[in-house]
Amino acid sequence: MDLGFDVVELDEPDYPEEGASAPEFVRPLVNDEYWEDVALSELTADGPVLLVFHSMDGAFPATYIWKELADRAFDEQYDVTIVGLSISTPYEHKTFIADRNLPYRLFSDPQNGVAEMYGVVNDLGGFAGVSESRPAVFLIDGDRTVRYAWAAREWPEFPDYDEIENALDRL
Amino acid sequence: MSESTPEDPPITLYRLQACPFCERIVRTLEEHDLDYQSRFVEPLHSKRNAVKRLTGQRSVPAIVDETTGVTMSESENIVEYIETTYGTGA
Repeated sequence: MDLGFDVVELDEPDYPEEGASAPEFVRPLVNDEYWEDVALSELTADGPVLLVFHSMDGAFPATYIWKELADRAFDEQYDVTIVGLSISTPYEHKTFIADRNLPYRLFSDPQNGVAEMYGVVNDLGGFAGVSESRPAVFLIDGDRTVRYAWAAREWPEFPDYDEIENALDRL
Repeated sequence: MSESTPEDPPITLYRLQACPFCERIVRTLEEHDLDYQSRFVEPLHSKRNAVKRLTGQRSVPAIVDETTGVTMSESENIVEYIETTYGTGA
């Protein structure tokens, strides 16, 4: 998109690429009714996982990403569990899921440690003391190997959903 | 939406953040060295349907113990259940 001015460029991300092992973590995983601590490896034990890092709930990039992912419903066509992750608290996630009838679960990581592990931190201008994850997508297989990885390099930047679908096709 | 996995401990505790009755159950479980999974639920009583589907009422704490097949609420009852089932006198 040509805006006639420069958009914010983010630092070059340093994240696990295709073929690398996806870092293990445990965080509260929120559905429309409750949350409980869940390990990434518990999800991958059931098959591939699409882990979607997004902006805090309420920011428009989060809304855009989840609207598109809900419309595409990859999990209806492919053997994949789709989960999100942001710094929003479990209470905010529950409201976000309810407001949007989102059929997916979201990890809550207010201290942003998972984004640090995955090398996809976004230090926010205008939010003193707050960092979150930049938009990023990891397709992780049942052996916790990364099969597709993408992270935003501009702010904002959105995933290439067709590329995600191609990666799901290649699984 | 959230299936149990083989790694999940047999006891699930439905709790509410900062609920003293729930913390009492946590303490009792820990005193008995019992492994459990916490599920934090909706603070608003009228929206606590996940609990109602299990126990028929919306109150927390509530526990599900897959080892014995027991599902129950009311902290007094739960403490008594844990002590009877897993206490030294059990």
